[in-house]
Amino acid sequence: MAIEVRIPTILRTHTGGAKTVEGSGATLGALVDDLDSQHPGLKNRLVTEEGKLHRFVNVYVNDEDVRFTGALDTSVKDGDSVTILPAVAGGC
Amino acid sequence: MLRIDRATYDAIVAHAREDHPDEACGVVAGPEGSDRPERFIPMLNAARSPTFYEFDSGDLLRLYRDMDDRDEVPVVVYHSHTATEAYPSRTDISYASEPEAHYVLVSTREHGAQTGLAGDEVEFRSFRIVDGQVTEEDVEVVESYLFGHSPTTVVYD
Repeated sequence: MAIEVRIPTILRTHTGGAKTVEGSGATLGALVDDLDSQHPGLKNRLVTEEGKLHRFVNVYVNDEDVRFTGALDTSVKDGDSVTILPAVAGGC
Repeated sequence: MLRIDRATYDAIVAHAREDHPDEACGVVAGPEGSDRPERFIPMLNAARSPTFYEFDSGDLLRLYRDMDDRDEVPVVVYHSHTATEAYPSRTDISYASEPEAHYVLVSTREHGAQTGLAGDEVEFRSFRIVDGQVTEEDVEVVESYLFGHSPTTVVYD
């Protein structure tokens, strides 16, 4: 068992076109590190230099927006399902 | 070029007027690879603001899951500007993350929620936004997709 991660179109350049990838880790942050070792460049698209999640992306663990569950510190475990989506936003 | 049917075009404009002076936003989904905006999905502007729009994160997840189940993609991502021209702002460009999508901008700055006035021309423009580069494209409004791709003229043999 592993953690399944759904990748949005814009990030599939990092996953060789794959819509879903798998990884492991005890927290979302550790999972992102693991994913980045398999798919270099992915972390940069998700995490800022200050180590926070980019405001341009939404990350969900089992349909729960991680912004409300501790962001990168959110606990994850085998069998969880993680979804990454680009935020749809803008303004004049 | 964006080819869009009349009913969907009108629905986007109506949504922009309805939500004026707040920005309105939404998606028109279509079958993956078809480039046909078929399913009009107005979204709630979670920011409820005249200068910003944002899909609610729960709505966003449901929207993408739903599109996934139907093998659809967001062919059009639209929103309105309520006091400025229908052109992508710096914020719009920084958030734009669907290189395949047509980004439609509607401006309600001239007539707001009113309609049917003389000279009530709505600003409706479409753009590609790829890697921070904005390219405007033509918009062709077709009466219906039902009759294939010769929408405004019927050719009789």
